[in-house]
Amino acid sequence: MSTHSLPTAEHRPALDMVEEQARGKPRVRSRLGWAFWLPTIWLAVVLVAALGASWLPIHDPLAMDFLYQAGAPNGQYLFGTDDLGRDMFARVIHGARISLSVGFFAPLIALLIGTTLGVTAGYFRGRWELAVVMYADVSLAFPGIILLLLLVTYFGSGLLNLMVALGILLVPAYVRVARANTLTFAQRDFVTAARALGASHARILWREILPNVLLPVLAFSFIIVATVIVLEGVLSFLGLGVPHPTPSWGSMISDGRELLGEAPHVSFIPASVMFLTVLSFNMLGDSLRKALDTRESRV
Amino acid sequence: MESLVEVQGLTKFFTDKGRVLKAVDEVSFRIAKGEVLGLVGESGCGKTTIGRLLLNLLPPTGGAVHFNGVDIFRLSKQDMRQMRHKMQIVFQDPYSSLNPRMTIGGILTFPMKVQGLYKGNEWQRALYLLGRVGLDDTAINRYPHEFSGGQLQRVGIARALSVDPEFIVADEPVSALDISIQSQVLNLFKELQEEFNLTTLFISHDLSVVEFISDRIAVVYMGKIAEIAPAKKLFKAAQHPYTKSLISAILQPDPVAEQKKPPFSLVGEISSPIDPPPGCRFYSRCPERMNVCKEINPRMVEVAQNHELACWLFDPERPA
Repeated sequence: MSTHSLPTAEHRPALDMVEEQARGKPRVRSRLGWAFWLPTIWLAVVLVAALGASWLPIHDPLAMDFLYQAGAPNGQYLFGTDDLGRDMFARVIHGARISLSVGFFAPLIALLIGTTLGVTAGYFRGRWELAVVMYADVSLAFPGIILLLLLVTYFGSGLLNLMVALGILLVPAYVRVARANTLTFAQRDFVTAARALGASHARILWREILPNVLLPVLAFSFIIVATVIVLEGVLSFLGLGVPHPTPSWGSMISDGRELLGEAPHVSFIPASVMFLTVLSFNMLGDSLRKALDTRESRV
Repeated sequence: MESLVEVQGLTKFFTDKGRVLKAVDEVSFRIAKGEVLGLVGESGCGKTTIGRLLLNLLPPTGGAVHFNGVDIFRLSKQDMRQMRHKMQIVFQDPYSSLNPRMTIGGILTFPMKVQGLYKGNEWQRALYLLGRVGLDDTAINRYPHEFSGGQLQRVGIARALSVDPEFIVADEPVSALDISIQSQVLNLFKELQEEFNLTTLFISHDLSVVEFISDRIAVVYMGKIAEIAPAKKLFKAAQHPYTKSLISAILQPDPVAEQKKPPFSLVGEISSPIDPPPGCRFYSRCPERMNVCKEINPRMVEVAQNHELACWLFDPERPA
């Protein structure tokens, strides 16, 4: 093929390809700097510790050392001991199990229900959308903490109830994100193309809409996970979380509130761990969203 | 010649809070087998709506569309679904018309899977189609964002062809492309038209594009057909004032000829398609308007063989 020939339908694509490479592929990877890697490392450490809590060579989180109560961190107790002389390091690690499992499963419940409602509302429109939006608006207007108190008091505290209660509380947030994204994608021509092919609603929702909506929904989930971890802390602090003596970060912070003057580490260490974890989830969510935005800008 | 698509009195009104937007108003035409009918008009005149109605993607307010003699608006959902592979669409915006989360292969095989065609050979056919529209085999595993607009438009065309359609609605398929890419895609359309035995409704606002590709051209103004004639005839002997104004607005490549061209300019303002007054839609802008135009809508009259238009100037039964 002569380089001087005019571009024709046959070999013009090759030229396009060159142009494409010159412009560069979307730089997703290079945009993920320390704001991505630092939180990832921290969360990986917390996750491994939480998963391996039973096998790690750490103290029993329930064993009490009566000779070293509310003791400062030392060689034996890395994070010191709490008011009853229990090893704070072991308790923080075991507490991570509660915080992380609530932080993972409550948003998961909300994601499953909320995305289903939001996507169908945004796709089918009409009365169904009206009902779903009404439900979301009403429950967003209802003070969340009161709803949680009601649910937990009525059904009793405990890990499962806590997760379900938090999950129900978060459904409207997912409904909004999923519906808003569905509205923009449902109008795109590729959905019309699928209809012009005679694809069923189920097929269009599953193949065309959901893969597009799921990414922003997942990015949003990082912020929700962070919120839930804080909420679990608040509930435990109020005594409505997982019952004693099971350690959770919230109840540990609560345990230390009498000792804030003489032994501040009892509250501050679990609070710091929670702070770093929540911050990590937020940062991760932000940097993933930014990385996604660059992809979206072209297509 | 035998016609594939027959449109009779097709009407689509959109209503909002008691106001009626007459997007398509009593439009009738037919497209012969193997023919390319160009549909031109300014933006908002109802071209796209006509295209969507022909594919039964919008419920009509009235009228009928016969495809191969079958009234598609009377088909059951199930029967319509089975008909759909015979009529396909190519869109204007290649970025919006392809799912960003599907690979090109996924995009091309999806239609065959939905319609149950080429079972087991979907991927082979996808590769064949890619080659046919001038793309590399390696494209099959890549995502839309890795391609340029012209390449994506080729994918859009391949998708439409994947289910062996007889009829294609091409809704401004080159308007979003650079001028150099436009000609390539138009040439591709012309080749495929022959090769796949297609009948096409080619929608565009660009007269020169439509002239290049069409056998016949229908000029649409505010939801009504103003003039319909064979492409060459329309450019040589346009009669309707609106068509004449459109054609005189095309710039000539030769500046001397451009200067000598008889001027033909419109007057007045474009009126609103919402709750339009009775009478000719073009009344407010027509340089040759008469009293009757304000009162009564002109009907289609045949001024020569295959040449119809809606204008009182040419209606022998014009009321005094």
